[in-house]
Amino acid sequence: MSTDQTSWIVYVLVLIAGIVAPLVFPSYVNQISVLWLMILFALTWDIVGGQMGYNSLGNIFFFGAGMYVSAVVQIAIFTDVGAYTSARGGEQLVLDYGDYFLGLFAGIGSAAIACVLFAIVLGWIMLGLRGPYFAIGTLGVALAARELAGTWEWIGGGSGIAMPVYPGLPDEKSLVFYILFFVLAVLTFLYVRWLYSTRFGLAINAIRDDEEKAEAMGIHTMRHKIVAWAISAFFLGMSGAVFGNVTGFVEPLEVAFPAATFGIFMVVMSLLGGKGTLWGPVIGATVFHVIKEVTWTYMLGWQWVALGVLIIVNVVFFQQGILGWVKEKWPEKFGLVVDDRGASREASS
Amino acid sequence: MNSIIEVRDVSKAFGGVQANSNISLNVAEGKITGLIGPNGSGKTTLFNSIVGYHPIDGGSIKFENREISKLRVPQIARLGLLRTFQQTRIYGEMDCVKNMLISVPHRKATFNDMFKRYPSDLMERANHLLEFVGLYEKRNLLAGDLSFGQQKLLEFAMALMNEPTVLLLDEPTAGINPTLINGLIDRLRRANTEFGITLLVIEHNMRVIMNMADNIYCLAHGEMLASGTPDEIQNNQAVIDAYLGAH
Repeated sequence: MSTDQTSWIVYVLVLIAGIVAPLVFPSYVNQISVLWLMILFALTWDIVGGQMGYNSLGNIFFFGAGMYVSAVVQIAIFTDVGAYTSARGGEQLVLDYGDYFLGLFAGIGSAAIACVLFAIVLGWIMLGLRGPYFAIGTLGVALAARELAGTWEWIGGGSGIAMPVYPGLPDEKSLVFYILFFVLAVLTFLYVRWLYSTRFGLAINAIRDDEEKAEAMGIHTMRHKIVAWAISAFFLGMSGAVFGNVTGFVEPLEVAFPAATFGIFMVVMSLLGGKGTLWGPVIGATVFHVIKEVTWTYMLGWQWVALGVLIIVNVVFFQQGILGWVKEKWPEKFGLVVDDRGASREASS
Repeated sequence: MNSIIEVRDVSKAFGGVQANSNISLNVAEGKITGLIGPNGSGKTTLFNSIVGYHPIDGGSIKFENREISKLRVPQIARLGLLRTFQQTRIYGEMDCVKNMLISVPHRKATFNDMFKRYPSDLMERANHLLEFVGLYEKRNLLAGDLSFGQQKLLEFAMALMNEPTVLLLDEPTAGINPTLINGLIDRLRRANTEFGITLLVIEHNMRVIMNMADNIYCLAHGEMLASGTPDEIQNNQAVIDAYLGAH
């Protein structure tokens, strides 16, 4: 039971920061939105990758799948999807506020449900793989989905789908989606915080440490693995649905299934912050996103090199990540202590 | 005395190596049964066959009169037939208390149980068993940071936490220093008498197994060589030859 001992002050500060940030830095609203998305990425990746030890390189699949499901639902409510996509953007869906938000929330909801179903089916197949085979297998899923989406004309194929147009002004749209990302990230955090305090958290930790032992002890390992991946998929699917609407345009390579950027970022952020910890992914995502934005702004042309160096340093010299390092340095702060008082208890019994 | 495990004519080959051929043995309910034999005689293979780690080539294995040779590891474990490993296996990145808590029986675990917390009486039980094996002070340390002998004790405590009917122990005293061995023998006996757990023990330490077991089976070259009480086994010429090498 990783009972969270974070002071409530930290939570209050994070909440205040989340609410105040768009008002203080109005020109950075989109970047801060993406920061919340990154935190959600790292948190959801860490459920399976960090806490359960199944390093997935294909979680981006659920992001893209959620985005497409949402797009299709948002359009299908108002018009024929096949006719809309075959117009190749020649037709635009202009809606009023009521219809727009009805479609949006229906889209987000269906994305969540569809992604859970995808995770159950895929998990049944993929989660029998272990170690590097799981990583490569899941990467295969993401890349295959991307190719399939690119050839499926009904959902727009390679030329993509134009999303319904936001009925208000751009600044207002930014703020609305900022709120959506913020709420999603906070919900994800609160959910995993609760999850890790239940038996489920211990069971997936046990699977990480020694799956064969966990099986020999009678733990329902497959059930736990599939549910863990489905929880990841649930939140990733919703985040994909929201992201598709922010971009306003969904296509397979760069927006829906960016396996080489977002798909890798989620792994890197968890490793950087310290995988298998509650706050590690949050810290990792924040540090990573700030470094990324700064290098993109001030080292343009060298940004990928800078990012590569960060990953190499992380993986070669700093595998335990920021929180992992802190835990190693001050184990007593995390309750890893010999209890001397126990001696009297043993003597008396 | 009832047999709680009945192994009948079990064979298992790995490629050309016949690890077990036509092995039969009975584990009497409530007793301690020993399994000895030289290295490579097929003891661990037999263990693995019983707990469903690999399919067997032929024969039958019954647990509480139920055929289990087609079941898989977690299913058999949930029936109450549990094993410990020769190479000690614990959850290294979790502290001892968590190792204990996750080892509760999963026999009746439903889907919703996954998301429950642990009631405080389980915590008390975990602490009690950690005390039983002498690890109470170290309960908040990561299991991976314990010494090998302590990990072995922790694994034993985890097995007790699971409330098994039968416990299969693969060399419980291997790698434990001689002074700790006496304590361990005492605890194994208490697990048998106080908790009523039937034991099937693979052991190389003759002093330990002869002291502890009610009945002993001896394997050699994948075949059952002899069985009987410790006294009978000690005086069996075939067993002596197998261990010392007959000419």
